[in-house]
Amino acid sequence: MNSKIENIKKLDVSKPLKLDCGKTISNFPLAYETYGKLNANKDNAILVFHALTGDQFVAGTNPITNKEGWWVTAVGPGKAIDTNKYFVICANVIGGCMGSLGPRNINPENKQPYGLDFPVITIKDMVRAQESLLEYLGVEKLLCATGGSMGGMQLLQFCATFPDKTFSAIPIACSSSHSAQNIALNELARQAIMADPVWDNGKYFLKNVQPKNGLAVARMVGHISYLSEKGMQEKFGRKLQEKADYEFSFNADFQVESYLRHQGYAFVERFDANSILYITRAMDYFDLSKQFGNGLVEAFQNQKTKFLVISFSSDWLYTTKENKDIVIALNASGADVSYSEITTDKGHDSFLVEEPEFLNTLKGFIDSMHDKFKNEKRI
Amino acid sequence: MTNLKMKKEFKVIADLLTNNTRVLDVGCGDGSLMSLLEKEKNIEVRGLELNKKNVQKCIHKGLPVIQGNAETELHQFPDKSFDYVVLSQTLQAFYDPDKVLKELLRIGKSVIISIPNFGYWRVRTKLLFFGKMPVTKTLPNTWYNTPNLHMCTIKDLFNFCDEKNIEIKKVVGVNEDKISFIKRGNLEVKNLFSKLGIFLIG
Repeated sequence: MNSKIENIKKLDVSKPLKLDCGKTISNFPLAYETYGKLNANKDNAILVFHALTGDQFVAGTNPITNKEGWWVTAVGPGKAIDTNKYFVICANVIGGCMGSLGPRNINPENKQPYGLDFPVITIKDMVRAQESLLEYLGVEKLLCATGGSMGGMQLLQFCATFPDKTFSAIPIACSSSHSAQNIALNELARQAIMADPVWDNGKYFLKNVQPKNGLAVARMVGHISYLSEKGMQEKFGRKLQEKADYEFSFNADFQVESYLRHQGYAFVERFDANSILYITRAMDYFDLSKQFGNGLVEAFQNQKTKFLVISFSSDWLYTTKENKDIVIALNASGADVSYSEITTDKGHDSFLVEEPEFLNTLKGFIDSMHDKFKNEKRI
Repeated sequence: MTNLKMKKEFKVIADLLTNNTRVLDVGCGDGSLMSLLEKEKNIEVRGLELNKKNVQKCIHKGLPVIQGNAETELHQFPDKSFDYVVLSQTLQAFYDPDKVLKELLRIGKSVIISIPNFGYWRVRTKLLFFGKMPVTKTLPNTWYNTPNLHMCTIKDLFNFCDEKNIEIKKVVGVNEDKISFIKRGNLEVKNLFSKLGIFLIG
């Protein structure tokens, strides 16, 4: 797996980046992937921000895991975000573990992996780290930027920090600040990792091991929060896992247990436990209103970007209410904003699965924005 | 909410609006009026629409639309944040038209409201001669499935504005292809012969 990581696209960001915590990083790797081609007019670039456990491999096959990219339902040839037409860019966030600078990288000070010596990063740090990538790829102004969940949070930050870098933006199932419930669920995930003795204060890498049990439980917590109550009931109900009756044991009798265990243990193969700590922390610290002092409206002052906010009716992690608050703030600041709530039982996960109404909305918006952007560039 | 949206109505509304202004179209439907205003008057448009299919249509046309209910969600728009707020043939369908109207006047510097006129002679004769609730081109639904809870006449809305001290700037009556300006002096006649009343108030 490590040798494969060496072969992925990386930009060496030489410009020093002063992080919110006060520390500065420089000459750091930013791993990325692109799909499709940037056209001559440079009016077809779309930046995708990935969510907590995502990476830069949006479409096609992920060369590291050999599994499908995390957003194949929406991105690819002929898909809603059509890579025959658009140039799609995605970077691995800093703090992550798919090639960008993260706690697994070597700390130049002691020539050992950072572990918990890695600086605590924020959503703003993640976004600012990606600025030089656009410059490197020759993209002056994006046609669109989008992302769901933490990707949506990065997008809101991106628009607030760089008000004129993208013509349009689609924040999906996200929030402008993490709620108490969001923080609590993240804390549950972190505590699961920290309670695993293998974690060893983040120094597990010295023994070349991974706190698999803790990390798997952390992932299970996540998976519960990504589904809706109704969706979960319909998918699993009380169905038993390949057996006729209870075993009177603590094995995975129920299908839902088996599903969680499978998701949990598959995840440890591709993700780093310390990265989960750092990235969930960044999400918890996210509060756009606090950052701009006077509230969310201030964050969106002088926005030229055209927004489409999308929420899902059964998402209880980033609710319709939280998404609507973003719309209200954008409205109050006079920004150009559309909003659509997709009716679905698929919960927070809706943006990652086949959800025709959602994909159709995505396509309709991006294609119409492309026409407008082309016209604007012509003038 | 009424099925029949007269193209003539949109032209009259467009003529009432000044170029290069900001307009909120409440109950914007599939965005036909917004498209017209954007293209022909260089107006910065925003829409609010309840029906999801219509929201999709607007998004596909690149028109900014917020999915929401005008009865409960107008509070999200700041005071006087639009030059005009337009409400086309929907006032009569709200539970509380009085409250909605107050909200519209808060959000817009001016408000344009169009209503299907219940005082139109065909409507009157349906009830008078047949003793049945009127079904006409502008009021296509029957009594049990109509979304119209508070039907009114041009005269009613005229009087309503007077009672509430709302300034009436212009009233246009529409009958087929003919339009005419309505004032107190010709109100009785125009109330009988206009299918639609379009009010510029606030």
